[in-house]
Amino acid sequence: MKTELAIIGAGPAGLCAAIEAAKNGVDVTLIDENRTAGGQLFKQIHRFFGSEEHLAGIRGFEIGNMMLEDTQKYGVKVLLNTVVWGMFPDLKLGLSNGNMVSVIEARRIIVSTGALENSLSFPGWTLPNIMGAGAAQTMVNVNRVLPGNKVLIIGSGNVGLIVAYQLLQAGAEVIAVVEALPEVRGYQVHASKIVRMGIPIITSHTITRAEGDSCVRKAEIARIDDTFKVLKGSEMILDVDLICIAVGLRPLAELCWMAGMKFDYLPQLGGFVPLHNENMQSSIEGIYVAGDVAGIEEASSAMEEGKLAGIAAGISLGKIVKKQGIEIINKAKEGLRALRLGPYGDYRQESKEKIVHHYYAA
Amino acid sequence: MRIKEHPILGPLPVAKEVIIIVDGKKIKAYEGEMISTAIVASGIKTFRYTSKKKEPRGIFCAIGRCTDCVMEVNGRPNVRTCVTPVEDNMVINTQEGLGIWENWRGGG
Repeated sequence: MKTELAIIGAGPAGLCAAIEAAKNGVDVTLIDENRTAGGQLFKQIHRFFGSEEHLAGIRGFEIGNMMLEDTQKYGVKVLLNTVVWGMFPDLKLGLSNGNMVSVIEARRIIVSTGALENSLSFPGWTLPNIMGAGAAQTMVNVNRVLPGNKVLIIGSGNVGLIVAYQLLQAGAEVIAVVEALPEVRGYQVHASKIVRMGIPIITSHTITRAEGDSCVRKAEIARIDDTFKVLKGSEMILDVDLICIAVGLRPLAELCWMAGMKFDYLPQLGGFVPLHNENMQSSIEGIYVAGDVAGIEEASSAMEEGKLAGIAAGISLGKIVKKQGIEIINKAKEGLRALRLGPYGDYRQESKEKIVHHYYAA
Repeated sequence: MRIKEHPILGPLPVAKEVIIIVDGKKIKAYEGEMISTAIVASGIKTFRYTSKKKEPRGIFCAIGRCTDCVMEVNGRPNVRTCVTPVEDNMVINTQEGLGIWENWRGGG
């Protein structure tokens, strides 16, 4: 099998890259291990932020449907149920669809494999119904089942806050959101929404243990000081049957490591992040990265990065006239800059600049 | 518990009913849904027990990455139930440890 551009992962970044490249005449093969494309977009039932260009006001799953239509319209070849088990520096990918193993030869590759939720270990953390907040979100919004009725959320970042609200929408009772830092981590607009619904956000606290049998039954939370030490005597026991861990995400970059890409450790972007230039080109010629795998942000930024990578790949393939391509690239860069403004964006902008700087220094 | 009405997503889409057999008990499921969905809807939280300490495990990531929700499906162990759709008359068992392959007749 041969293709001009192989894209690994059909989430927001991969879909956007595929659409932009295919629209401009590139022969694109989009590969995903899941049964359906869309990545984690279909569990995002809230309206997106940003400007009109970032599809603000539209819900994530609606954006997903729009993009799936576009991939069809522009003739993107989509390989679902297909795991990429190997990525080699000569731009070959090892594929498996469960029954058959094959190799696809690409002229360019975009890695848009997304992210994985972080966990938190405490006594009892492996009990059933202690899960990632994203897992609970998938269950209520995609699978349409409620895994528990009395929920404790650990972490007050945007994921924790949004999932708290979406569990309420699904009919659960959210007991509290617990945050280790002295202040709420996510956007005020999300925090206000759940506080208005009567959910306390308990700052400077952490979970110290969980108890249960075939399901979690109790959670113990306690106050911590500014060195994150538990204050004896401040423990509180809560009756819960679901604990959602929302303590960040990290890039799902196994394939990048495998291919030998250079990395940098940037805690602000989720940990080890593959180095890339301003056009998402990684340290391996011809392989691009885009979306959460290139540093944890949000779906809107992932889409812009996908666009950037798709166009950059198209230009380098000679399929997109440089002048026109650069116009689109510059627009995507402006879009990214706008998404990285303000107190929640500045650190991402800085970290991204660091990656690009290190890419050229490496 | 299934979310029959949702303020944003509306009513649960209509799908054909199928039956799966979980640890010998018949459970109602809907065509196209993941095994884990039907199991959680029936109230089960423990999907497997670990090999050394026999500790219970359930859904953890729900997107096919962590393998905490693996069960024996039609005799095949280590099937990720959160990304494997149900089939009518599918036989599913709670997995003990690494599972056994003796009941597997190929496929699946």
